[in-house]
Amino acid sequence: MEKTVNQRAWLLVIPVLILVAFSSIIPMMTVVNYSFQDSFGGNEFFWVGLEWYRELLHSERLWDAFGRQLLFSFIILLIEIPLGILVALSMPKKGFAASICLVLMSLPLLIPYNVVGTIWQVFGRADIGLLGRALSDLGISYNYSQNAFDAWATVIMMDVWHWTSLVALLSYAGLRSIPSAYYQAAKIDQAGRWSVFRHIELPKMRGVLMIAILLRFMDSFMIYTEPFVLTGGGPGNATTFLSIDLVKMALGQFDLGPAAAFSLMYFLVILLISYVFYTVMITADKNEANR
Amino acid sequence: MEWMAWTLPTALFFVTIALTLAGMSLLHLKYPGTPRTGILGIETMRGDRLFISLLGSGFINLAWIGLTDASQYGALVICGLFAFCVFRWV
Repeated sequence: MEKTVNQRAWLLVIPVLILVAFSSIIPMMTVVNYSFQDSFGGNEFFWVGLEWYRELLHSERLWDAFGRQLLFSFIILLIEIPLGILVALSMPKKGFAASICLVLMSLPLLIPYNVVGTIWQVFGRADIGLLGRALSDLGISYNYSQNAFDAWATVIMMDVWHWTSLVALLSYAGLRSIPSAYYQAAKIDQAGRWSVFRHIELPKMRGVLMIAILLRFMDSFMIYTEPFVLTGGGPGNATTFLSIDLVKMALGQFDLGPAAAFSLMYFLVILLISYVFYTVMITADKNEANR
Repeated sequence: MEWMAWTLPTALFFVTIALTLAGMSLLHLKYPGTPRTGILGIETMRGDRLFISLLGSGFINLAWIGLTDASQYGALVICGLFAFCVFRWV
């Protein structure tokens, strides 16, 4: 029987193409155009070539924000991934308690970003906040709006509080998908708890953990609302991450050209990291399937 | 379209990218490639190698701007060499 080639299915892709064009491609083209020009408002632009890129690449401000951003992402991954796994391992396996745990773990994920920032802003206040007041009563000097270390600690705690449950839920899903035969085999071999985790659970969770790391890294690398509401990027520039700096430049100073160049460099870094993660994930999946 | 602040160099850049993508698609239809594992140890098709070349070229251009004051055409030559190496060995 001869196969009939029917290319009409391509028409179904058109709506998505139009949507992507309007939401991504056209804005991206505009940003590229802006990044090579200067504007004084009134939709008038002047060609400046690579000037903004040169200025930014030699700017201490950008490199400092980049360093802070990498450090932040590194710290939160270091805390959230092991903590999420630990929470998932401690969660009940079945029954009513498991359902309650799942609902409770999902709650922080449902709270809007700006509300999370506001909650922690109040929570950390030394006069009325539970955390701030408790630390003050214990004689610990804590003020996230004036001390850079306190601001960092609060931003990290806030992110851990908000997002560890995502890692926990993903890990839990990974754990639930392990066939019971593996545990039975481990029992026959009299494997200890650590061996079960190291040789069964961790390898079987690798796929979901890669997704968790990718999601958390990308999200933390683009973090804006929570630290902006909590500290406004301060004290000084202590918690000014890349996106906060970018918004200050684009909307605060209305420097469209430099902000566009900044956005493109930011985008390139994110694209590179996403591609590396994606490739590692796909390669790991293929190796797993070939075993 | 005025709000998009088009200029000839940026328009040429996008036209080049669009033509490259179209060319690669046609090439794939005419001569479908097979995945291969190169020096990076990952399976790549022609499209992957083009993506790696373009992404790498972005960083090469940025590094050139940040590290030298020389003409950007120097970076273009390095990008060409980089793309050749990627298509040949990756």
